[in-house]
Amino acid sequence: MSILVNKDTKVIVQGFTGSEGTFHAEQCIAYGTNIVGGVTPNKGGQEHLGKPVFNTVKEAVATTGATVSMVFVPPAFVADAVMEAADAGIELAVIITEGAPVRDMQAAKAYATKHGMKTIGPNCPGIITAEECKIGIMPGMIFKKGNVGLISKSGTLTYEGANQVVREGFGITTAVGIGGDPIIGLSYKQLLPLFEADPETEAIVMIGEIGGDLEIQAAAYIKEHITKPVVAFIAGQTAPAGKRMGHAGAIISGSAGTAAEKMAALEAAGVKVVVSPAEIGKAIKEVLSK
Amino acid sequence: MNIHEYQAKQIFAKYGVPTPRGIVANTPAQAVAAAHELGGKIWVVKAQIHAGGRGLGGGVKLAKSVTEVEQLAGEILHMQLVTHQTGPEGKEVHKVYIEEGADIQDELYLGVVLDRAKEMPVIMASTEGGMDIETVAHNTPEKIIKVAVDPAVGFQGFHGRELVFGLGITDPAEQKKFISFASKLYKLYMENDAELIEINPLIKTGSGDFLALDGKMGFDDSALGRHPDIEDMRDISEEDPDEREASKYGLSYVALDGEIGCMVNGAGLAMGTMDTINYMGGTPANFLDVGGKANAETVAKGFEIILKNPNVKAIFVNIFGGIVRCDRIANGILEATKLVDVHVPVIVRLDGTNAAEAAEILKNANIANVIAATDLADGAAKAVAAAKQS
Repeated sequence: MSILVNKDTKVIVQGFTGSEGTFHAEQCIAYGTNIVGGVTPNKGGQEHLGKPVFNTVKEAVATTGATVSMVFVPPAFVADAVMEAADAGIELAVIITEGAPVRDMQAAKAYATKHGMKTIGPNCPGIITAEECKIGIMPGMIFKKGNVGLISKSGTLTYEGANQVVREGFGITTAVGIGGDPIIGLSYKQLLPLFEADPETEAIVMIGEIGGDLEIQAAAYIKEHITKPVVAFIAGQTAPAGKRMGHAGAIISGSAGTAAEKMAALEAAGVKVVVSPAEIGKAIKEVLSK
Repeated sequence: MNIHEYQAKQIFAKYGVPTPRGIVANTPAQAVAAAHELGGKIWVVKAQIHAGGRGLGGGVKLAKSVTEVEQLAGEILHMQLVTHQTGPEGKEVHKVYIEEGADIQDELYLGVVLDRAKEMPVIMASTEGGMDIETVAHNTPEKIIKVAVDPAVGFQGFHGRELVFGLGITDPAEQKKFISFASKLYKLYMENDAELIEINPLIKTGSGDFLALDGKMGFDDSALGRHPDIEDMRDISEEDPDEREASKYGLSYVALDGEIGCMVNGAGLAMGTMDTINYMGGTPANFLDVGGKANAETVAKGFEIILKNPNVKAIFVNIFGGIVRCDRIANGILEATKLVDVHVPVIVRLDGTNAAEAAEILKNANIANVIAATDLADGAAKAVAAAKQS
């Protein structure tokens, strides 16, 4: 089992024929993802990577029955692409593109929610169900199948965490990179119940960072609803206030959004909080051998 | 990106948000000319730097004659202005804003910022104008009125009513003026892709008018492409030269005050590396994300920027290669050490795709001060040890 996506998920790519879209779609196909086509306006009817290209998402959905879209369009066109996907009945849009304006994402997410479409990202590595379906840019070979679910704001910390879990002899059910922008799609609070309900997931790794309060919301949710063990790391304990640390959303505003307050909230919710990402693997081993 | 007060007020004026009249000056002579042009008997000379707390630091002064305007402009221009937001070294003042004196009856606070939890802009208002709003929020949160506006419908009448009744503005004419002020501010926030607007204080004059006495604006960097007029307001002298240089090469850099330079791919792992160094008893000298396209040129640039900092005693290169292959990065590091004189130990941890090949390349190159590490913990420990030895 897994959450959100599996080997049967039919995926289209928006921005299919661009250089990023092409490179990563090819990698996803090689991993085994069921990519059924792509969308690039004015290239409809062509074939790309052995899959059909459509002018619109509506056409792509009607012809292929796709339910998930992987979005690679340039930043200025992300909102348009996401709204098009929502309007066409796509169930989940995975937005990889970095640098979309916040105002655009605000509008796109509100529109998606109204149309019942879930979103992941933007500015994220995507989602992977180990050895079944990779929708994103992560190195697939790290993610061996297993019993640990992973949710992370950071791409490379997702790889770091998954790699340690695998080296300790465990593996991953599904890993979701939720992105580090100020407005993002699915977050900890929406993903935790999916892992709680997934029979194969036995423990959850949650990787957060400074800025915003999603981790605090997650802590409150975990305390009330999550019975599976959770290991958490919050990046940026040593980050100065008022400075943006790479991700658009990774900024301590005044005294809010610090790593310390998030770590304290998670600890109070019974989460095993590690102070260094180098301890994630060991902590998973510890909680799973109890 | 942030802009100066005088620039924020130019944007306010464009949208009909009332401000006192003012003119920016680069020299005392220009300040005098500005005072003559504005007329009146009282002027305020205001240092233009990107930091709050200018008044307390001595950067905002009242002048009662043109001679005094000249004298104060002379004092403030080129001073190192220290406020609670500049750090102890302060910031050099390059411009002053000469503003007409205002008849202050009441000081309020008004701001617009993104509420990340609600995913909407929120207008914040308070009767506690002129105070540090963080302090007000902490000590007396009930004195801050928050009104979230859904961009799908925009600023409605009820948003305005919540603000004026919350602030205790009872005179109908004043209510109308304040609501108009707030709705214009919301409009300019949205249309310019602002990230933050703060007016502290917003004043009520003796005649019941509302004026933006101060103005602070920050913008969403991702949206600057569609606002060339705002991009033109960028003041390079306000930016850290190393951060700016780094950004030209696609690197994201923030200087810190420790001893171990860090070069990492990915913002989260970069912060996680700093945290691990700290956990192992060392101190990080910087945040540096080389991004997803690390190559010999960007790695060399990273070394160059890190080594400008004289406190750096060791460098920890921590790369988790995903799509980027580690063997290529290993070669990049070797090339970079030829391009830049790296005089401190460099601890290299390369994991992920082709990590074994990368380890082999580094081993065969056998460079004296390049030390290979097996994982994050090992690398951080070696970096801390190397920094302590030198």
